[in-house]
Amino acid sequence: MKRIDDRAEPAPAPTLPSTEPIRLVDRKGHRVVDSAYPTPDHGTLLTLLRSMVIGRRFDRQAGALARQGRLAVYPSSYGQEACQIGGVLALAEHDWLFPTYRDCVALVTRGIDPVDTLTLMRGDWHNGYDPGRYRCAPQCTPLATNASHAVGLTYAARRKGEDVAALVLMGDGATSEGDAHEAYNFAAVWNTPVVFLIQNNHWAISVPVRKQSAAPTLAHKAIGYGMRGYHVDGNDAAAVYSVVSHALGEARAGGGPAIIEAQTYRLDPHTNSDAPQRYRDESEVEYWKERDPVARLEALLRAEGRLDDAELDRVAAEAERLATDLRERLSGERSPRGTRDAGRRGGPALSPDDLFTHVYAAAPPMLAQQRQALLDELRGV
Amino acid sequence: MTETTMAQALNRALRDALAADPDVLVYGEDVGPLGGVFRVTDGLAAEFGAERCFDSPLAEAGIVGTAVGMAMHGGRPVVEMQFDSFAYPAFEQLVSHVAKMRNRTQGAVELPMVVRIPYGGGIGGVEHHSDSSEAYYAHTPGLRVVTPGNPADGYSMLREAIDCPDPVVFLEPKRRYWDRADLELPVRTESMDRAVVRSSGTDVTLIAYGPMVATALETAEAAREEGIDVEVVDLRSLSPFDDATVAESVRRTGRAVVVHEAPMFGGYGAEVAARVTEQCFHYLEAPVLRVGGLDIPYPPPKLEEYYLPSVDRILDAMDRLQWEADWFPEAPPRPRADAVPLPCNDSAGASAGGSDRSRSEVSAWAPSRP
Ligand SMILES: Cc1ncc(C[n+]2csc(CCOP(=O)(O)OP(=O)(O)O)c2C)c(N)n1
Repeated sequence: MKRIDDRAEPAPAPTLPSTEPIRLVDRKGHRVVDSAYPTPDHGTLLTLLRSMVIGRRFDRQAGALARQGRLAVYPSSYGQEACQIGGVLALAEHDWLFPTYRDCVALVTRGIDPVDTLTLMRGDWHNGYDPGRYRCAPQCTPLATNASHAVGLTYAARRKGEDVAALVLMGDGATSEGDAHEAYNFAAVWNTPVVFLIQNNHWAISVPVRKQSAAPTLAHKAIGYGMRGYHVDGNDAAAVYSVVSHALGEARAGGGPAIIEAQTYRLDPHTNSDAPQRYRDESEVEYWKERDPVARLEALLRAEGRLDDAELDRVAAEAERLATDLRERLSGERSPRGTRDAGRRGGPALSPDDLFTHVYAAAPPMLAQQRQALLDELRGV
Repeated sequence: MTETTMAQALNRALRDALAADPDVLVYGEDVGPLGGVFRVTDGLAAEFGAERCFDSPLAEAGIVGTAVGMAMHGGRPVVEMQFDSFAYPAFEQLVSHVAKMRNRTQGAVELPMVVRIPYGGGIGGVEHHSDSSEAYYAHTPGLRVVTPGNPADGYSMLREAIDCPDPVVFLEPKRRYWDRADLELPVRTESMDRAVVRSSGTDVTLIAYGPMVATALETAEAAREEGIDVEVVDLRSLSPFDDATVAESVRRTGRAVVVHEAPMFGGYGAEVAARVTEQCFHYLEAPVLRVGGLDIPYPPPKLEEYYLPSVDRILDAMDRLQWEADWFPEAPPRPRADAVPLPCNDSAGASAGGSDRSRSEVSAWAPSRP
């Protein structure tokens, strides 16, 4: 009987992901040989380490700014650097990244100015960079809702004959949303080169991952959609980088999209206004601190004679410069909860005019009138 | 009397409802051990156990969809959407199932369920944390949409919503969660489908609900200093609409302004203005004016002050209510409420004057269901 769908053959069933995460560097910094996934070369490992040191310093600085009231909110990446950096560095420049609110460190790694990275969190605007320039979509807050955008974008790229893949970052909690399932399914049915990197940091605010899913791993979900699923140690930057690179390569070659679950941990509260003592035990945080992604890569590179104190100092100084620069450039900033008058004291100019400029391609008369009324009001007319 | 915030009053309402009725269940995202991001469910999981108050998978459509099933089979689910914008994945369930079940089944199936949604801005929230989504729900026949403006109503209306045989979208004005009132709980205020005159006046009726009630009362105070006597009506129920109370007030004052945070275009205020115009046309001295949010996506924290209706903006609107007309001796005399026949399509006319209600009734909450 003739098949009515246009696939010549049913795709072979993908194999189940391992319940033991793929790991290339253990928590002590020793190599774990995995024949399926190569450990990146020393140069790449050094780049991963350098980016993690810088990313972490940025993250600490952003956290401090939030505590001082200079950011409206900050969702920390502390502990998740290997996922965000391993994932982003595996992308080619022309590929696209689809991040969430959690992923400021991924944005910095993508080359976006830290000040612009924090535009959303500063409360200045909803997004502070040009997505096209960095091939980086705006940070997404409504969970899982940007995953389908990646599918559509790569579909459009293929129509144009472009070799563009996309990496979607999402949390463990977000996988419960209907939007996540629809995006997975579209990606698989359309065979678009999208890799969904689930940062399983074990908590969705106060809800543990076991209340989100009854699957053996989140990576197992891939099987039902007919795509490949990988389960990786998300605190092992080498493994994340290697597996994401592998999955992107397969996807580009027409092998279909993939779900990668990376086991990691959110060491900080959900945001600066969260109260984790209400729902988790501090001992759990300690357990994960012993699996720190930065320390293990540093240990490996030192042990193999590729990193010394001088080099580490140099990287630390670079990170410090970034933090100082960020602090200084935001020091004139008024607090997001400040009053209108305080706002005139410096920092990036916030114009009420901007409220109306980009609602439509051109402001319709109705909006132009509102703009005028607001400006009149502010001038005391 | 104890100082009680709206969040505490809502919490107490949930607690008392859980205690009063074993069919009441509270679930949603982070409502268990955390007690909700606004702490409205604080302590409930500890007191009533994970059987009665629990965290669900993170999926709003699933939360509301499972609540439909529970309500179909004897449950009284009270589910929480974490923020206004995060209720949108549940829109399909709300519009296609929650709102229509009774009607589809000719009354055979009813859905006694409550969907609690913190809504509105003014808390410095980044994008997707400040929407005023009331018009979407109010536009959907079959949903009751109510919103308390003070702690006492927070308690009483939530208890009533949970007891209600119809599904209720319970909109909680998140910027008022921390507003305090001296209060003895339990408290029973006016029935949740009634509007209430919060402050009487003779010159203009200021119609508000939820987060804007406090702003309206502040405005009334400021206006009094300018010699304008403002009556503030707190709608409380957005759907169904209490035509009688609103029309009675506007017929007395002859002027009306309606205020809300949501964008003005296609907003809930348009419905209010249209109804008031239809029912009070011959009593009006000036067009019914609206004060609303700007017709733009909700702005980021540092710009939200430009967006939100303020006392000054409401006073400005009041200034435009054609007061000069009163000073012309040749101006036609203002029609009096008791002298002019009501428009014939005015179904509310029969009860104008509010004679069928006892406004000041405040009795302890009767825990048993009517
Ligand atoms: C559709 C939707 N529902 C609810 C929320 C509120 N919310 C923000 S973050 C969060 C938890 C998300 O957990 P997870 O996906 O695991 O990501 P993480 O924050 O841990 O990085 C929730 C419930 C939201 N942003 N979007």
